[in-house]
Amino acid sequence: MSYIKVEDVSRQFTKADGSVFQALDHVDLEIKQGEFICLLGPSGCGKSTLLNILAGFEGASAGTVTIDGQTVAKPSPKYVTIFQNYGLLPWRTVLKNVELGLEEQQLPADEREKIARHYLEVVGLQDFADSHPAELSGGMQQRVAIARALAVDPEIIFMDEPFAALDALTRMKLQDEVSAICREQKKTIIFVTHDIDEAVVLADRIVVMTPNPGQIKTILPVDLHGQRDRTSPDFWDIRERVFECFALKPEDKTEYYI
Amino acid sequence: MHKVKYIGGSLIILLAFWQIVTWLGGWNEALFPSPLGTVRGLGELLASGVLAADIRASLSRFALGYISAVVLAMALGLVLGWYKKIWNYLNPVAQVLRPVSPVAWLPFIVLFFGIGEMPALVIIFIAAFFPVLLATVAAVQGMEPVYLKVAKNFGIGQPQILGKIVFPAVFPRIATGLHLALGTAWVFLVAGEMAGAQSGLGFLIIDARNNLRADWLMAAILTIGVLGLVLDGIVSYLEGQIYRRWGLTRRT
Repeated sequence: MSYIKVEDVSRQFTKADGSVFQALDHVDLEIKQGEFICLLGPSGCGKSTLLNILAGFEGASAGTVTIDGQTVAKPSPKYVTIFQNYGLLPWRTVLKNVELGLEEQQLPADEREKIARHYLEVVGLQDFADSHPAELSGGMQQRVAIARALAVDPEIIFMDEPFAALDALTRMKLQDEVSAICREQKKTIIFVTHDIDEAVVLADRIVVMTPNPGQIKTILPVDLHGQRDRTSPDFWDIRERVFECFALKPEDKTEYYI
Repeated sequence: MHKVKYIGGSLIILLAFWQIVTWLGGWNEALFPSPLGTVRGLGELLASGVLAADIRASLSRFALGYISAVVLAMALGLVLGWYKKIWNYLNPVAQVLRPVSPVAWLPFIVLFFGIGEMPALVIIFIAAFFPVLLATVAAVQGMEPVYLKVAKNFGIGQPQILGKIVFPAVFPRIATGLHLALGTAWVFLVAGEMAGAQSGLGFLIIDARNNLRADWLMAAILTIGVLGLVLDGIVSYLEGQIYRRWGLTRRT
């Protein structure tokens, strides 16, 4: 039985000029517990809309979404979202940011701090507990957001292009870290991206989406296990298959004569 | 170092201009004081303790009027910014009342509250209230939506969300309104104190005029200017701290 079930979900937006924009068109998707799923596609393909519906921030125009048998109606601390612009509270220290989600649970203050410090250690920021977000680099801020998400021990982590604002090298480093942390913590991850390499590095399955109207074109399994080597032939093979999906691979038009 | 040079320079220019005007005008010292006469008058006011008492009276009145306006306007602004539908009905009223000089209300204020202590307080209150209210409403409505998403995600409920998330998130933008309101309220302090108060810098100005003491009048004017500058400096400093803490670059 699948853990997350998206059945025939559509979502329309009415634009300012009155015309209707079909962000999602009859989308079906099933996700197993513990899977790392990447929603991949160009802008306008509805990948962020789908994520927002899964996370409960938006409703679907038609169709149903269930997680663990329950219909999704509103956001819940069991499913935490990590945003592209981090969503850290700039007036709080790093430690207090990580404690945010724990404050709603009835925990004593020292217990809260212990948990927060533990997850700061998981993301390697134990020495920055008393800094403010503005004092940290983008990559470090996103690590704080990851620690904050992990701290409430959610079942699912939704990530909405979390590394899009980072430079290429920091991004690759964080991809490896997130991949390792999430597999270690055994979370289900739904990760939205428009970066093909990112999807191949991270995902167990890549959900390839196309725009106008937003639909799932195909789902590609990525059978690379553990730490992935961006330079290995297997990696390039899968990467090539994704390129083909988006028709980005030029056809070989060379004619051969013997 | 440059700052000292500029301040000293501008002071010299002011004094020279003032002295020249005094010589050219040839007015009676009781009508228009020379710089030296003003310094003597200031010395008298300081020695007798009159100035200190009036500064104290003005500042405490100012603090009461300003702080009560700020607290009320921020609380109201948070709620009205949050409940957009209510604000849609109140906004036109606020827009009509906002450009009216608080002093224009004076006859009604005297009718409602009598003369003495209250008119000055009420005028300071009105002067500070609208800039803070409008800044708070605008700040809440223009808030970064990601903070709300985070709050909802972690299950932070309706009453706590205003104090825990919305207020701190919008505070840097409110701070600009607080700064603006401080300047406006200080300008209207003097006007307010002219309406029958028995102490304060506005009263000192009326009193000096009635006694034909132009030197005291000028000393009071300079005091008002310097105190306004100091208050502004304090608020600018606090604003800078807030902006740094929030990790925003200061608008210059």
